[in-house]
Amino acid sequence: MQTIDARGLSCPEPVLRTRRAIQNLAAGEEILVLVESATSRENVRRAAASMGCSVDITSQEETYRVQIRKA
Amino acid sequence: MRDSATRFLASRPGIILVGTLIGVLATLLQKLGNPPNMGICVACFERDIAGALGLHRAAVVQYLRPEIPAFILGSFLAALLFREFRSRTGSSPIVRFFLGGFAMVGALAFLGCPWRALLRLAGGDLNAVIGLAGLAIGIAIGVAFLRGGYSLGRTHPGKPVGWIMPAVMVALLILLLSHSSLLFFSEKGPGAMHAPALISIGAALLIGALAQRTRFCTMGSVRDVILMRDTHLLSGVAALVLAAFVMNLLLGQVGWGFSAQPISHSNHVWNLLGMVLAGLGFALAGGCPGRQLFLAGEGDGDASVFVLGMVTGAAFAHNWALAGVPDKMVDGVLRVGGPGPNGQLAVLIGIVFCVVIGFTMREKLEV
Repeated sequence: MQTIDARGLSCPEPVLRTRRAIQNLAAGEEILVLVESATSRENVRRAAASMGCSVDITSQEETYRVQIRKA
Repeated sequence: MRDSATRFLASRPGIILVGTLIGVLATLLQKLGNPPNMGICVACFERDIAGALGLHRAAVVQYLRPEIPAFILGSFLAALLFREFRSRTGSSPIVRFFLGGFAMVGALAFLGCPWRALLRLAGGDLNAVIGLAGLAIGIAIGVAFLRGGYSLGRTHPGKPVGWIMPAVMVALLILLLSHSSLLFFSEKGPGAMHAPALISIGAALLIGALAQRTRFCTMGSVRDVILMRDTHLLSGVAALVLAAFVMNLLLGQVGWGFSAQPISHSNHVWNLLGMVLAGLGFALAGGCPGRQLFLAGEGDGDASVFVLGMVTGAAFAHNWALAGVPDKMVDGVLRVGGPGPNGQLAVLIGIVFCVVIGFTMREKLEV
């Protein structure tokens, strides 16, 4: 599974990187996006949802792990 | 409770509610004494603070506007309460300083930041349409750079960094409320017009807190539509304009037209170009001047540097006569204002600076 480390990047960069990666995914494939801020977490979640993906978010210390699966 | 508040404020009804509240409070602050169509203007208020601190000596724009410190402190308190305060810095601070400085020069050529452009529109000042068009063009240029891989790089945690701006803001409020002799206070002009300080502080604390929770951003509202067809932030901005317009109608604060509007000029070319520069600067720095304040409040040292760049830009704008001059009626004849030759040159230099930054600060696209 591809991992996008967007920690420390400010919006909209995490969203842009996520969107680019989703566009290259086949149905059923997953990516993992790492972000630090709640803003980036929400923006990535909203962008992925708007592209028809399912999203699962967990947090580990200061990092949010956003798992995205293309429908 | 905290989670449900977070969910609501992240939703579309949440951002619309906050936009409406900002529109209402801004027009009320104007009614209570802030200058016309300037209930809230981040650029103008930072310029007035530069004057209050003696960084420029334009006698008509010197007042320590409490809205700015209160925006930062409102965001600071909300970020602490919701455990989102993160001290961080290191994402090209020197670039952000100059982006802030030049964005301020552009905003003062037009005579207002995006917030004031929206409030001017809601008050019937049609020059705001030109300014907002310029803003959108500047943001669109910024989006093109973003698509090409523009990045100011990553931030890193920096423990005490995020506390500096809130602490300085508390100090500024103490200076204001004690009417310190260290400060300059305008005796006439826009700097002498202000709502009671405690009311301004209360309103701005509330706005700062809610804007931190919703990520309200005027630049982001346009950027997200161009970049991702995402109208989330735009719905909040539209609510601000609509609410301010309705309030202005109720309060008798609407006057349609281009000429001789309050603290405004009808020099269309420089209204447009000034805001192209401002929009591009905000887009490259990742937030409108309001959003930069809210980020500074939640611990972002780089946004703080952008704010300091804006204050410095405002000082230069008045020391070197770069700012736009309002339209004037002289013997019944309209004298169109706008920036003089120095200001026009500064706007063009600013645009060149931003374009060079846009082309050179690129990362290789990994995905």
